[in-house]
This record gives sequence, structure tokens and C-alpha cells, in this order.
Amino acid sequence: MKIVIVNSGGVNISSVQFALKRLGYDSKFTEDLREIRNADRIILPGVGSAGNAMKILSRYSLSEYLTETSKPVLGICLGMQIMFEYSEENETNCLGIFKGKLKEFRKENDMPQIHMGWNNLEILKKSRLLENIPDDSFFYFIHKYYVEVDENSSASSCYSTIFSAVVEKDNFFGCQFHPEKSGKAGSKILENFIRQ
Amino acid sequence: MLAKRIIPCLDVMNDKVVKGVKFRNHEVVGDILELALLYCEQGADELVFYDITASPENRVTGREWLSRIAEFLDIPFCVAGGISSVRQAEEILHSGADKISINTPAIQNPSFINELVQIFGSQCVVIGIDSSFHGSDFYVHKYTGDTRKSTKTDLKTFDWIKEVQDRGAGEIVLNCMDMDGTREGYDIIQLKKAKELCYVPLIASGGAGKCEDFLDLFKSTGVDGALAAGIFHRKTVIIRELKEFLFKEGIHVRR
Repeated sequence: MKIVIVNSGGVNISSVQFALKRLGYDSKFTEDLREIRNADRIILPGVGSAGNAMKILSRYSLSEYLTETSKPVLGICLGMQIMFEYSEENETNCLGIFKGKLKEFRKENDMPQIHMGWNNLEILKKSRLLENIPDDSFFYFIHKYYVEVDENSSASSCYSTIFSAVVEKDNFFGCQFHPEKSGKAGSKILENFIRQ
Repeated sequence: MLAKRIIPCLDVMNDKVVKGVKFRNHEVVGDILELALLYCEQGADELVFYDITASPENRVTGREWLSRIAEFLDIPFCVAGGISSVRQAEEILHSGADKISINTPAIQNPSFINELVQIFGSQCVVIGIDSSFHGSDFYVHKYTGDTRKSTKTDLKTFDWIKEVQDRGAGEIVLNCMDMDGTREGYDIIQLKKAKELCYVPLIASGGAGKCEDFLDLFKSTGVDGALAAGIFHRKTVIIRELKEFLFKEGIHVRR
């Protein structure tokens, strides 16, 4: 099993790799299209900004392949966000694998604009990524942009508004939370993805 | 709904976890990784590793234990202690830490907060504040890791809370020194006032002695999380039992 983690910038790059290692899988960080083509599973990790991540994908000419591949692709946090059409963050045109656009959480007096911490999921429909995950399970979120629930959402969560927490369509999967930081439930998500 | 966080703090000195009362008389309580994994298993929501020797001796947190921890922990963690340059911050974040917490270096050079936020984003930058009551108001202290150097500053706590947020800090940990180590409960008055000034998450620290203290804290102040050390290390309070207790009392916690 060859797993690649696409190097799309950001600082906290080792966490996903460590999480996969805990499950017994080696993975490789790369921005090399040839290596990504050779992989069995592709992960788009999630730290940084939409503008910067898209810039890196286009610098290494990865966007087209990532959009057209039939291999399982998992986007985590920002990695999920750039799978949509557009993000208000840096007014960025993204990959467009999923329909919809990322909006910024409203500024509220009694709520930090960044949704940070453990929140529970409401499972909306049968999901390959959420297999054996009980409804109401908690996951670790840290994000300022969100996408609304639509037909591709298999779970939602609620902060200042209800938003899409898990999306899936064909071979494409995305989670707004960080499975690599979400304890046992998070490991299960990664395992479910690898087993696709 | 976002859960209230329970955060054990592991004070690290010479690669061991230690605990002192009112920042004095440190005693070794255990191995870093062993304790970290135990708390993780018990349901801790996040961990803070605070290198209490780092700040006064002007050195950076050792990375050896850090990468070991990052490899095994599957919950978020924050590293504090003596981070005074962008390079140090980057090293720690690259090793797998989710956040860095800055205390004394932010007081000495407040624009350091802006710089870190610019490079790493607000969500990575936590400001630790050690505060105690003097005369008629709360004041910020610096170099609290070392009793010989620990000093009160002229900075008022509530002014500083506003300033660090204006500079982009993503979270504040308010350590109420007057209660720290007393096990008599959190400093509700100070924390309630601080929370009213916060538009970023506020984590309470100092004074927890029993489960009821956490309940009192969450019910009276609205803070986002509670940090404690001694009671977890001494097993006076077991995190799993604490969370069951809070859940039964109607506090939204991850179980």
C-alpha cells in the first residue's frame, strides 16, 4: 500500500504521517506528480491557507491529476476545503471536485471566529468514511471557513452555524476535522479511508 | 456543540514531569511519555507541555522528548517554555506540536506575537499569562518558572488580555497565581472578568482541587477549558471520572 501525503505547505506536517504510522502504514510526503501517480491512496493535508495551498498545487502541476484521478483521495481540513469550487480565504479558485464554496464564520461577540476544539458529529447518511463510527462522536476541529451541508455531506457539525463535517463522492473524501488529532475515532476514519 | 476542554499540564524539567506548589519546590512525578499517554487514554482533550526550566535559563525546549511525544499522541498538544524566536517556534511546530504558548518573551517584545501570527496563523499562537492580585488590581508576572527571577510587571492583566488579542493571539491561558497549587478552586472572580474581555478561547489555570471546582468554573465563568496539573498527577482526580461527573451535571464534554 503506497500512501502519499501531498506537500501543500503548512507547518504541522508530521502529524498525519505519525497517525498513519500508528496504524502500521508508511507514507511519503511529496509534491512530485510521478510519485503521486504511483500511489494507492492520496491525502491532502490541512494546514495553511487556501491561497497558498492552491499556489503550490499549481506550481507543481498537480491540480489536474488530483481532480481526475480514480484513486481514493482524502482531504483533511484545508485539504477538504480546496476540493470545493471556491474559498473566501484569499478569494481562491479551488479544485472543484465538490460543488460549493467556503465561507468565513460570522464574527460573533460571544464566540471566537475560529472553531477550535472537540465537537460532535451528526451523521446524515450511510458513509464509507464513517463506518463503525457512532453518531455523536467527537472530533477535533480547527478552522475559520466552512461549507454548507448538501447532498454530498455524510455528517454535519454545529458551531455558530451548521456546517458540513464529512463529504464523500465516488473516490473523493473530505473531513473538516483532523482525524490525526481525534483520538481513536480519528484513527478509525483513517483506517476506513485506507480500506476503500 | 463545542465541548469544554480538560487539559492536563505537564511541567517538564530535565526531561521529567515535575510539580511544585506556587511554582516552588519541584518534585518529580513521572516520565513524560508515560503520563501523556495515560492522560490521553483517560480522555484528556489536549495536553500542555511546559518546560519550566526553559524560560529563565534562556534555552529552548529540548526536542528529543518532543518528537517522541508527537509520534504517539493522537490528541492536540501545546508546547510552552522559552520560545523567543520564530526559528524555535517553527522547530516545535514542525516536530508535530499543534500550538506554541508564549509568556515572558511576549511581555518583553509584544510585536513577537504579531510576527508569530503572521507566519503560523492565530490558531497556533497561545499566550500564557501569569497573574496575581496586588493592591487594587491584577498584574502580570514574568519569569515565573524560576523563583529567583520571577517578578511582577507593571502590566495590568486585563489590559494585557486585550492587547494580546489585538495582536492576533488565538488563545489565552490565564494562570491565576494566587490560587495555583492551593487546591481551593479556580479564581472565579478573575476568570469571569477575563472571559468577558475575550473573543478568543480562554483556558483557566491554577487552583483545581476536586471535581466540583471544575463544575463551579464552567458554570460561573463560561471559560472554554480548564487546565490542571497536580490533582491529575497525584490521582486526586481521574480525568475519566471528572468528565462523567461534569456530563451528569450538564456540562458538554467529550466522553
